[in-house]
This record gives sequence, C-alpha cells and structure tokens, in this order.
Amino acid sequence: MGAARDPGAGRGYGFMMFGFLLLLVGSYIGLFRAPTEAFMGDVYRIMYVHVPTAWNTMLAFTFAFFCALLFLFRGDFKWDSRHEAAVEVGVMLSGLLCMQGSLWAKPTWGVWWDWDPRLTTTAVMFFSFAGILALRRFVDDPVKRATWSAAATIVAYVDVPIVYFSVRWWNSLHQMQSSPETVSAPFLIPLRTNAFGVLFLMTGLIMLRARVAALRLEQELAPPLPPPHAAPSLQPEPAR
Amino acid sequence: MRDLLAALHKEALLQWRSRAQLLAVFVFGATSLLLFSFAVGPHAELLRENAAGFLWLGLLLASTLTLAETYQAEMEQRALEGLLLLPASPPALYYGKALSNWFQLTLLGSGLVPLMVVLYDANVPRPLALFAVIALGCAGLSAPGTLYAAMTHQARSRQTLLPLLLFPLVVPVLIASVKATSLLMTGDPMGQLRPWMLLLACFDALHWSLCGLLFGRVVED
Repeated sequence: MGAARDPGAGRGYGFMMFGFLLLLVGSYIGLFRAPTEAFMGDVYRIMYVHVPTAWNTMLAFTFAFFCALLFLFRGDFKWDSRHEAAVEVGVMLSGLLCMQGSLWAKPTWGVWWDWDPRLTTTAVMFFSFAGILALRRFVDDPVKRATWSAAATIVAYVDVPIVYFSVRWWNSLHQMQSSPETVSAPFLIPLRTNAFGVLFLMTGLIMLRARVAALRLEQELAPPLPPPHAAPSLQPEPAR
Repeated sequence: MRDLLAALHKEALLQWRSRAQLLAVFVFGATSLLLFSFAVGPHAELLRENAAGFLWLGLLLASTLTLAETYQAEMEQRALEGLLLLPASPPALYYGKALSNWFQLTLLGSGLVPLMVVLYDANVPRPLALFAVIALGCAGLSAPGTLYAAMTHQARSRQTLLPLLLFPLVVPVLIASVKATSLLMTGDPMGQLRPWMLLLACFDALHWSLCGLLFGRVVED
C-alpha cells in the first residue's frame, strides 16, 4: 500500500525482493548442489552467507563514509538520511557477521571466539559504528546530530581498510579473502549469487531506512501544531 | 602559530586553576590499579606479568574523566561561542585543547608508574623509553578524545557517550601501548618494541591530522 504511494519505497521493496530471490537461489545451490569441502565437510556451507555478509558490511560502511563526506561538504540532509541508513544497516550486517563467524569457528577452530587480528578488528568496527548510532540517539538538534555523526563516521572508517587487510598484514587464524584464487570454481557460483543477493537486500534496506530517516527529519523540522485550547478563534475587529 | 600559542596559554592557565581535578583523576587511576590487583589475587608472578595491561587500563579509564571535562570551562556562560567569534582558527583551539589533554594524560601515566612498581613489583629498566611509550599512547588517546569530547559535551548522557565512542576507536592504541610497555618491562629479545612504537606513531599522526581537520565542522554548526 505504502509502496504504491511512494515510488522511492517501491524501488526499495523491489531491490529487497530481488535480493531475497537471489539469496534463495544461491542458498539452494550452496546447500544442495555445491560439493562438500574436503577438510571441513558440510560445515563450510556457512561460507555462502558469511562471506557475502562480510563484503557487504564493508560496502555499507564505505557508502556511509562517502555520505558523511558529502554531507559535510554539501550540507544536504538527504546525505544525512542515507548516512544514518547505511550505518544502521552496516551495524546490523557486522553483528550478523560476528554471529555467523562464531557459528563457523566453533566446529572448525574449537572456540566461539578467538583474539585473532581479523576478529578483533571486526569487533572494533562493530562497536565503533554502534557508538555512532548511540550518538545520534543522544543529540536532539538535527544539524549537530548530522554533523557530529558524520565526523565520527569519518574517524571510525579508518578501521575498515584495517579489517580488510588484517589477514594479509598479520599472522591470522582466519583464512585469506575469498577470491577465485583462494576458492575452487564449483564454490564460486553460489558465493557470487548470494553476494549479489545480500547486495540487493542491503541496497533495498538502505533505501527504505533512508526514506524513514528523511520523513522523521521532515517531521522534526516542521513547526509544532498549536495546542487545541490555544487555537485562535475568529473575532470581529473592534470598532475604532 | 600565534593562535595556537594563545590557546595553549589559556589551557595552561585553566589547568593550573583546576589542578585539584588532576589530583582527583590521579587518585581515581591509583584506585583502579589497586582494584585490578584484587581481580587477579595475591599472585606476585601473575601481577608482574599483567602490570602493563593494568597500567594502561587504569590510564584509559582515568582519561575519560579528564577528557569529559575538556570543555567544561567553555560551556559555562557559553564561552565556546565567544571563542569561535574571535579571529582565531578552530584548528588552533583544537590543538590547544588536545595538547593540554596530552600533557595531563602523560603526567597522569608517568605518575601511575611508581605506583605500578610498588603494587605489582614491576621492573622498569628503561624509564625514559617507558616515558616515550606513555607519551605516544597518551597522544593516541587525547587526539580522538578531544574531538569526541567536543561532540559529547552538549549531548545528553555525555558520561556514557564519550567512552562508548572512544573505547572501540582506541583499541589499537591500547594493544600497542600494552605490548610496548610489557616488552620494556619483561625484555625484548626479538626486537619487537620498534614496530609497536611505530604503530603508535602512525595512529597518532593519522588521528592528530584528521581530528584537527574535522574539529572546525564539529564546533561551528
């Protein structure tokens, strides 16, 4: 219903539906068609959601970083709404990423969590951006909220490339980034399908959440309605 | 440069007038060191091994008290707005504040070292090198801490918000400082001290420049 009235929301739902469809197809191939991995057995199949989540988490935070920069330079609140949406979706994805990683780590590494550089930097990234969401909740002035959270995002974004390169820079228990060089060909089709699935799902979510943020801001900036008892009544002008 | 010197002079005056605050923060840090030893128990070897971690955790917790008060004087009678109306550049104001916080935290960290030696029987064979590590680590805390304090001092629940924003960001500082301090106290046969100090210096250079650039936008809006 809402989608019919709001073309922006309609596009967001469209992206989400397409992403969900791709995820269904990719997960079906990954769960039932892709071969079993030689060392980990069937446990490896969590890779088909874990790796796409990791890629898209970084994309969401990178988008948030550019939105923060554009807001600071242009001062247009549409970038603030997109920034808020991207940070929120990125935090949700990085939370999911940590949970999926723990589920994969227990049967393969024997522990739910390890203080490995990749895991530590990912946890730091999650908490840094969750702090920015908290900052937004505690600031009432829309201009200050937008400016401060944009500045905090730019500072926090320093961790994102460190997360990506941590497996190359330090000795890590975590495997290297998944690519055609590190993943065999039969595993690539479901991996890529799910990566695009999560990408479309994330894009749809960001579009919808940005729309909600923009509507909230509109409501916030609108002049308050007068209380019912203070409504002016029409009175004839007194005779001079 | 003249703006920066004027800002530093103002901060030095403010620090001198509120020296009781620094003493209170030192007592807080010392109490933290005492409490950490209860968490481990009276095991001399274990306490000595963890002394570097306890020192930096105590310093990190105490730093939030110092950083949260950074803009207290400017908040009274809206003096910050007055400062921004002066023909002084916002980066000069920021670097004045950040340098002042750096000085306070380095003083605090250096003051906690003798206490760590007494409480944990820690060995400090190279006090000057330890001072350099403390100075580098405190620079990493004060640069983002001063920027975040500028944001949180006007927000609701600023006492909660500042650590919430600062702690995840300074994890690399905490890790590198603890490692470097530990290597100084327990020996460095593999020559690892230099890379950890280099990591601290890189973090400092990045955040001192980035936060200085962003400060103007944060206080002007």
